[in-house]
Amino acid sequence: MKLHITQADYDALRAHGEETYPHECCGVLLGHAKDDGNHVAAIVRAGNTRTDSAHNRYNISPMELIKIQREGRKQGLDIVGFYHSHPDHPAMWSSTDFAEAHWFGCCYVITSVDKGKANLTNAFHLAGTTEDDKAFQQEEILITKAVGENA
Amino acid sequence: MKINIPTPLRAFTDKQATVEVNGATIQAGLDALVAAHPELKNHLFTPDGKLRSFVNVYLNDDDVRYLPAAEASAVSADDELTIIPSIAGGTGISASRVPCCR
Repeated sequence: MKLHITQADYDALRAHGEETYPHECCGVLLGHAKDDGNHVAAIVRAGNTRTDSAHNRYNISPMELIKIQREGRKQGLDIVGFYHSHPDHPAMWSSTDFAEAHWFGCCYVITSVDKGKANLTNAFHLAGTTEDDKAFQQEEILITKAVGENA
Repeated sequence: MKINIPTPLRAFTDKQATVEVNGATIQAGLDALVAAHPELKNHLFTPDGKLRSFVNVYLNDDDVRYLPAAEASAVSADDELTIIPSIAGGTGISASRVPCCR
């Protein structure tokens, strides 16, 4: 399983993390779930509602998520993942990320932003079907030239 | 009424993104959904029948939890329910203390 994403979208989600530094950014990956992994067709920036602790927490409001989902469906796209940044922290999932992860089958992309500059970006597939058996599995990010193509 | 199913729960609705149900209230609609797709029950509700804390349900653009009658609110055939799990996270604690990647 790999995360398929265009260079433009990959660059854009990393740039988002630089723009919001030292706060966490967050957004949604729209696309299609296929046998070889999730294919991203578009990314949508979202607001971080955790203004009380934006340097180390993020939350997307459910209503914003619903609106993104609605717009996605109009284009034939589903929510296949999310992204957020870790300011001055590794691009690895935290215990908070794991506890708050409920979108099974989706990909959680994390970018470390060190001193304002995007560093490493990793993708984690939320495997399992319940809160009891869920697990993050790191997966390769496959940069494509265009949506639906392999580089 | 139409119920929108989020991607992670479509494994339990025969991959359907939306499910049509009959019901006079939100609760009746959710009950009908679970009756049609029993595997959803544990994903949506706690053992004592309450919506799980990370499961948000919206009636059109309103969070059901904040409606005066909550799940007992009346609905019409034209209404739309959306089930949307929460999305949140972050480093959570200071960088030097994060126990990451077990």
